[in-house]
Amino acid sequence: MLTKEHILTLLEEVKDPEIPVLSLVDLGVITGVEISEEGHVTVNMTPTFAGCPAMDYMKKDVERTLVKHGIPNYTVNMTFDNPWDSNKLSEKGRQHLKEFGLAPPPKYDLILDLDILEHVACPYCDSEDTTLRTPFGPTLCRSMHYCNTCKQMFEQFKPL
Amino acid sequence: MNEQAIKDLLYKLADDQLILGHRNSEWTGFGPILEEDIAFSSMAQDKIGHSLAFYTLLQELGESDPDTVAFTRNANQFHNSQLVEQPNGEYDFSLIRHFLYDNAEIIRFEMLSQSSYEPIAKVATKLKGEVKYHVLHANTWIKNLGTSTEEAILRLQSSLNEALPYALGMFETSKYEQELIEAGIYAGEEAVKTEWLKRIQAVIEKTDLKLPDLESIKPKYGGRYGEHTEHLQPLLDEMAEVFKIDPTAEW
Repeated sequence: MLTKEHILTLLEEVKDPEIPVLSLVDLGVITGVEISEEGHVTVNMTPTFAGCPAMDYMKKDVERTLVKHGIPNYTVNMTFDNPWDSNKLSEKGRQHLKEFGLAPPPKYDLILDLDILEHVACPYCDSEDTTLRTPFGPTLCRSMHYCNTCKQMFEQFKPL
Repeated sequence: MNEQAIKDLLYKLADDQLILGHRNSEWTGFGPILEEDIAFSSMAQDKIGHSLAFYTLLQELGESDPDTVAFTRNANQFHNSQLVEQPNGEYDFSLIRHFLYDNAEIIRFEMLSQSSYEPIAKVATKLKGEVKYHVLHANTWIKNLGTSTEEAILRLQSSLNEALPYALGMFETSKYEQELIEAGIYAGEEAVKTEWLKRIQAVIEKTDLKLPDLESIKPKYGGRYGEHTEHLQPLLDEMAEVFKIDPTAEW
């Protein structure tokens, strides 16, 4: 008997292709799993950024993983019904990002203001004396910052 | 609900995003500094992704698939404002256009996230968060360069004067305007323009630039009705060059 928890455990295997320490479940792009009485599995996903070129790859990776574990009846939907925001990143995901050298996005309450975008703790030395250099980094979901304490450039997974 | 009115709104949103996305992509490899090269390339990627979201809604309303719609129409079938099709010019012009356009775009998306037409509201809710970064980028550079050297200020001022008639053309009303407003689908161009003026004025006040008297400027209209400048068709030809070699190719 398939359960939602079982499917979510399987999907832990699927990682963000550009941040291989982060699973799609921890990233928060898996927004729902439903299993019908006949055993048909529906996985709902939502893109981090609408123009993210990795989303198609991630969707196929989810499909491959389901097949690999002997689940032939599935539908994977990509929708904006439950739009992604950076608060959907799990605590585990945040920890993994930091260990990977990417500053995790701060959690915010309802309104994302400029202060949050500009002041980020350095993932290397934890200093909060940092400067936003550009909101556009190597991928759509990352911004570039400079740490005035340890004098290193670092990237942040952008709050959204 | 008049489906034509919704399609007209979607085409306007999608075409603006697609065309400006392509203009932004022309900075790839040519940015004045590496960070700006990347910024314009990233914004291009975002905007083309946004156009796909709107073309997908059009497909759900019975229009052709997004690639066909994006790559097989002629200039007179495009509903983008003439502002977005203008050539990039020097960096100062591209920056001013980005500032004028993105400040309007975020207001459109903020208002549309409240739309009574749920599919548009969902997409707009998603996209407004992304555009926040575009606005932050534009406003930061306008403030920095607009208070820097005499040359920077002169160049930006001249580009601002040149771009404004086209920017006002963004707010050309649709023939379905009243209907969309009454149905709670869209707040309408006048509402967007009023808020836009407030926001761009607030940034310009922090610089040595001057906003010309907008009442005395004649807006460049026509884009929303398929009338375009000589710059759009060559851009479309270039965009569609690969697609047209074999429209049925599998990628």
